[in-house]
Amino acid sequence: MIELYLLLLFMIAAAIIAVEIEDLLSSIVAVGAVGMGLSITFLTLKAPDLAIVQLVVEILCLIILIRATINRDITQVKGRQKFITIFISLTFIVLFLVLAWSSLKNLPEFGYPIMKVAKNYLAEGLARTGATNLVTSVILDFRAYDTLGEATVLFAAIIGALAVLRKTGRK
Amino acid sequence: MIYLLCLVLFCVGLYCIITKRNLIKIIIGIGIVEYAINLFFVLIAYRMRGRAPILAQDQVIENMVDPIPQALVLTAIVISLAVTALLVAIAIRIYEKYGTFDIEKIKRLKG
Amino acid sequence: MSNKPIKSNEKGMTLIVKTITRLTIGLILLFGIYIVLHGHLSPGGGFAGGVIIALSFIHLMLAFGKEVALKKLSQSMASFFESLGAIIFISIAVLGFLGGYFFLNFLNKGEAFHLFSAGIIPLANIAICFKVGAGLYAVLLGLVLLKTGGKE
Repeated sequence: MIELYLLLLFMIAAAIIAVEIEDLLSSIVAVGAVGMGLSITFLTLKAPDLAIVQLVVEILCLIILIRATINRDITQVKGRQKFITIFISLTFIVLFLVLAWSSLKNLPEFGYPIMKVAKNYLAEGLARTGATNLVTSVILDFRAYDTLGEATVLFAAIIGALAVLRKTGRK
Repeated sequence: MIYLLCLVLFCVGLYCIITKRNLIKIIIGIGIVEYAINLFFVLIAYRMRGRAPILAQDQVIENMVDPIPQALVLTAIVISLAVTALLVAIAIRIYEKYGTFDIEKIKRLKG
Repeated sequence: MSNKPIKSNEKGMTLIVKTITRLTIGLILLFGIYIVLHGHLSPGGGFAGGVIIALSFIHLMLAFGKEVALKKLSQSMASFFESLGAIIFISIAVLGFLGGYFFLNFLNKGEAFHLFSAGIIPLANIAICFKVGAGLYAVLLGLVLLKTGGKE
């Protein structure tokens, strides 16, 4: 599993660069690097559906973010927060990581999941639905109600974005 | 341990949301948090020496990885794109009205 | 602001980008349709195909300017397609009431590895593709058409 560790370290390094750098365009490019690393990680973890979706969604996300920052006059913000804010936030994050370490021991070991329901889906997926892509049979036949909820959330978010961007209004 | 590296990625995004003053940096931090959560779900679903959950025509595949968290993450990725588009639309409107992206200066409740 | 110097490439991008765009957007659209239709046989499905189809129209808009893209797919057509996708998905679900319960897979499941198999799954994939593709294209169109204080 050495390639998984290398990919995760690359993603953490790119994320730290994206957070700390001052120029906005460079930090958007660094977020793009995190997304590409995530797509390759999905491929290493044997999930080809997710790798395709993550790659194309990453491209669209970069286009939308660049649309917000290019051709604006003032995009950089000088100065940083007060020192006490950074100190308190770092303390809470270290506390969170220490408590998470002690509770991650209760998860099943990495690579040996408990698949109580998934064993039935894998064994009789082809017979009950007729689809050979088992992930599609899960999202569109066994758990289709969740896909309906997802379509509703997508609809609401798109209508919200279009309502904010109307040209008519009070001012 | 590999779960801890995934949580470190989550904490990098969380630090960006809390301590940065630029609105676009906050949106970038939210994006990094979403990547870390999706990765955590797929890490839980992995099986040692497993194969992708797709049947082939002339093979009998014994061990496949868990398909249920993959179905969950598939919709979560597309939803995160729609939420990012909504956030960017609001940020563009805020820039139009106040002329800056600094959250210390966007404090007037009635413009 | 009224006597701005006129740029040489007023609409869209340079000639190289326009030539490559003319050659490749048909292939991108076809690839997206392939991924949607074979969603039950190989990795992909409605979401990936929908985003790829939206990307092909966005590519047209980025390379040629927004007038050309608006002629191909205007704003009202995009919102019509998005609502059409949602209505088809809901009606497929409600038609399952004829057989027993919500979302029953009522068409016949053919043999494995054929294109016309697996009941309602290909139809649901097509409905999701319409919804996601048209919705994301409409959002980016809204972001581009907004006249802001930038150098538009």
